[in-house]
Amino acid sequence: MTAYLLKRLIIALATLVLASMVVFAVLEIIPGDPARLMLGLNASADQVEVLRNQMGLNAPLAIRYLHWAGGLLSLDFGRSYTYSVPVIDLVRERIVVSLPLALIALALSTIIAIPVGLYSASRRGRAGDAIAMGVTQFGVAVPNFWFALMLIYLFAVWLRLVPAGGFPGWSAGVWPALKSLLLPAVALALPQAAILARVARSALIEVLNEDYIRTARAKGLPYRAVLWRHALRNAMIPVLTILGLQFAFLLAGTIIIENVFYLPGLGRLVFQAITQRDLIVVESVVMLLVAAVIAVNLLVDLSYAVVDPRLRSRQ
Amino acid sequence: MTLHVDIPEETLASILAKALRNRSFLIGLAITALVAAVAILSYVWTPYDVTRLVISDKTQSPSLAHWFGTDHFGRDILSMIMVGARNSIAVALVAVGIGMGVGVPLGAFAAARGGLIDEVLMRMNDLVFAFPALLSAIMITAIFGPGAINAIIAIGIFNIPVFARVARAGALAIWPREFILAARAAGKGSTLITIEHILPNIATLLLVQGTIQFALGILAEAGLSYVGLGAQPPMPSWGRMLFDAQTRMVVAPWMAIFPGMAIVVTVLGLNLLGDGIADILDPKSRRQR
Repeated sequence: MTAYLLKRLIIALATLVLASMVVFAVLEIIPGDPARLMLGLNASADQVEVLRNQMGLNAPLAIRYLHWAGGLLSLDFGRSYTYSVPVIDLVRERIVVSLPLALIALALSTIIAIPVGLYSASRRGRAGDAIAMGVTQFGVAVPNFWFALMLIYLFAVWLRLVPAGGFPGWSAGVWPALKSLLLPAVALALPQAAILARVARSALIEVLNEDYIRTARAKGLPYRAVLWRHALRNAMIPVLTILGLQFAFLLAGTIIIENVFYLPGLGRLVFQAITQRDLIVVESVVMLLVAAVIAVNLLVDLSYAVVDPRLRSRQ
Repeated sequence: MTLHVDIPEETLASILAKALRNRSFLIGLAITALVAAVAILSYVWTPYDVTRLVISDKTQSPSLAHWFGTDHFGRDILSMIMVGARNSIAVALVAVGIGMGVGVPLGAFAAARGGLIDEVLMRMNDLVFAFPALLSAIMITAIFGPGAINAIIAIGIFNIPVFARVARAGALAIWPREFILAARAAGKGSTLITIEHILPNIATLLLVQGTIQFALGILAEAGLSYVGLGAQPPMPSWGRMLFDAQTRMVVAPWMAIFPGMAIVVTVLGLNLLGDGIADILDPKSRRQR
């Protein structure tokens, strides 16, 4: 158990270090001098040189990497070229939109997918299963940003139930803020739920064929108890695996969906930074998201041990 | 050279018979063929010229003259969807090609060698997996500026670890089999065994994964074009059309509805086709997502 956890932890850390090297290398090959960018076209060569020295741009590559990576560890991402404020301040402002959105969508998709998977698996081959799987087959094919547009058309333009976009900020109160995240979260969650429901169904069907399920039924346990207590628990490993893999897609989806709803999150920040060539912001956000993907996959690896006692006892 | 393909007692005729009975395969094949045909047709004929702007015809609702309506420049939506199909198919297809071309040799090599090489290659896979296609596309765009090639590279890079994993897992299941032992006894090296015996036996797995990644590639390309990281105007692309539609939802909802439906139908067709192929060639195989 400890060996397993330790191995996963070391792998995750090594991946993180390698990923930071990749991101740093990309920052290095980008044409253009950040110092010149900050000073504008009229700056003299001397001025640029002074700023380059100040920013540490003349130091050897390895030193610059260590400086940058060390900064990341203490949450110092550097200063934005265009806004001249610390990148971490920009990130802090935006993450309070993106993170809740991603988490709500993740929770929503799980809450929808697991019951659908259970329903379909327990009625395998019957009409209910066929309908549910037909709907999920469609759900898998729907791009979330198009689904978002359709939701806006239906609920904001036609029915006028929710705002079509924008974010009032958490200072405006929890409910107005949540309300503006509702439609984006649904748009993100439903296509994800479709995939998750299909995985849950096939994992459950496999488990339901096991001998211990028959034993549990034979000893008189009600079907519902067998399904929730025995089958679902054993089907959790593939479901968790997909959940972890889906998180990367969910983050990517969040970035795109923020643009549909004009939400001031990390996605909007990164696209503004691209058009303004504020590369340090681009790199910081990318690094942050990569770290999030690695962290979630580590969590999934660790949760295997919680869900599966066999993994816990194995040396 | 004799190939040992491990499909016991199955003839081409029996596979064909199964294919003709498989509903998802038939529907998927029909849809996929239709989309491909439309894309090819767009090279020689579209109802209207997609490069000509007719401002007097702007944002017309669907009619007999314009089945899917027109956009804010008066271009025919149906014609644009037809031309856009080329872009979607080309990007997704090349991205699958990159993923297979690099990923399968890596995965097969990792399985054949095992040990440290396997471990290193799989850790490299973890690294690439940490960069969703969107993040790669963002970085590539930051370096080279936006364009359709970025989308291909970004999605292609993301496909590499997917195919490497499938190829490795498939190959690892074949290696302990008796006919591999026989090939070894006959003095064949691991490269030759991989080419002659392993690859033909994991071809089904790769084909099924290929259709899945093709479908995912079409979705990813649409997303990238939508946020401006993919195909650039005036080249019509489904994602870009949805971007243009967004601010005009109230006056011209058809600008959003039809390109989106084109994506859904295409992806649905490919997914059904993949399900069908998996069913026909190997009922036990389960799709990985």
